[in-house]
Amino acid sequence: MRKVAVVGTGHTPFTFATEKTSIELFSEAAMDAMNEANLKPKDIQALYLGNCLGDFSEGQAMLQSYAANDIGAFHIPATRFEGACASSALAIRDAFIWVASGYYDVVLAGGVERAASMGTPLATRTFSMFTDSHYEYPAGLTFPAIFAMLAHLYAKRYGIALEKLKEQMALVSVQSHYYGMSNPKAQFRKEITVEDVLNGFMVSSPLQLLDCCPFSDGAAAVVLVSEEKAKQITDKPVYITGIGQASSGKLSAQKDYLPRIRAREESAREAYDMAGIGPSDIDVCELHDCFSIASLIAAESLGLFEYGKAGAAWEKGETKIGGRIPINVSGGLKAKGHPIGATGASQVTEIYHQLRGECGERQVEGAKSGLTDTLGGDGVLCTLIMQRGW
Amino acid sequence: MEYKLTFKDYANALTKGKLLGLKCKGCGNITTPPKMTCQECGGTDLDIVELSKRGKIVTFTVVNVAPEGRQNEAPYIIALVKLDEGPWIMGNLIDIDPARASMDLIDKEVTIGFRVFPGDQFSPGDQARPVFSFA
Ligand SMILES: [Zn+2]
Repeated sequence: MRKVAVVGTGHTPFTFATEKTSIELFSEAAMDAMNEANLKPKDIQALYLGNCLGDFSEGQAMLQSYAANDIGAFHIPATRFEGACASSALAIRDAFIWVASGYYDVVLAGGVERAASMGTPLATRTFSMFTDSHYEYPAGLTFPAIFAMLAHLYAKRYGIALEKLKEQMALVSVQSHYYGMSNPKAQFRKEITVEDVLNGFMVSSPLQLLDCCPFSDGAAAVVLVSEEKAKQITDKPVYITGIGQASSGKLSAQKDYLPRIRAREESAREAYDMAGIGPSDIDVCELHDCFSIASLIAAESLGLFEYGKAGAAWEKGETKIGGRIPINVSGGLKAKGHPIGATGASQVTEIYHQLRGECGERQVEGAKSGLTDTLGGDGVLCTLIMQRGW
Repeated sequence: MEYKLTFKDYANALTKGKLLGLKCKGCGNITTPPKMTCQECGGTDLDIVELSKRGKIVTFTVVNVAPEGRQNEAPYIIALVKLDEGPWIMGNLIDIDPARASMDLIDKEVTIGFRVFPGDQFSPGDQARPVFSFA
């Protein structure tokens, strides 16, 4: 297997409802990624595009083909990846595999979504499609409801009083908003307090409005190339050194393992083993904080903290820059925004710039190894580990 | 290989007051909602069995923001229930005012009935679903 590097990234602002189409958004990110890598559309051999809801948000399916044409990468193979909120992470993982195998030298991967443009009722309905449509959706299952149930289960399982857990969860959102202030691409650039979180509208008990990430529009793209190609392009290539992916059954089928999601643990182990490193070697982490409680669950399953202890880690500032393991210093899904099909590529973009020392105010000094964790629905997981190549 | 217990047959039984599951001849465990294979061992040698319709609430939430087309149902309670036979199922807890739901619901014993979700533009017609009442 060949080494594979990320050599360029593009990232639109993540926003409330935009008037740009999905293809326009993706093309903006894609051109920026190619420009950063000093590559032209004719150099791109394949496009792997994550998108979940184009069919519903603007009546556009098959947008991968039109997107390839839009950016002038005429007639290349273009494939859409759908793994709910992990779609573009899956696209990047597959792009890695195809470049590593030697089949391609240059692949463009990324994602786009216009979830904000759908409005809350339709977005809530379509996000519910990332649950079991026959055995669970009929109960009125929504995405917040899944993590709301996991929050109650978490409190019970680890013997943490719900009021205490909710304060710890609030601190997750407070930290994300704090770092979102220094991310010019972030949807929210506004500090919030624990009181703001605890006074918010109750979406699905115990999750209040500011425990939840927003609906967002936006796109992100990355260029993956072989080692040989990377050396021609940059003296600071960022190598993807570990990949993992795993799947799950419907929420009820995961039963006693909950609130842990076993697929995440399988995916993370695969990525760590491949990279030959462990959780303590990670310098900066972008994880899937679709809800405040989701951050705690993710950080524990990634091996960054003990089970039941992640909330205390946020309390002690261990997840801040200068702490044991800075988490979601991009602002995370909470403050940066969560255009679901683009989120994995956005996380990879953040780690790429962190490892290259290009993140300004929110730079984690000297970061050499980074990890992304992306969750789709109630159990599609993708883990990517990236390391400096110089 | 033919599907042993389809959604249609499971849902029809539910509307007649029966909760069905699959008992694995390999490991003895019960799987429900039904699947092609045993949720524990992946075995395919399964018998359809009628379950006791009793279990305990393991977690819950009160939903205030409902999906499009279902806003008039909110607020409602979704719960995961661990059946006496082992599997977990999801449904609505109907016996309590959602405003009074608290952590005290966890471990409460319930029995299982049904209601029908009439479906929407994205759903394939009527879907019977479990509902929970205090035992
Ligand atoms: Zn079995």
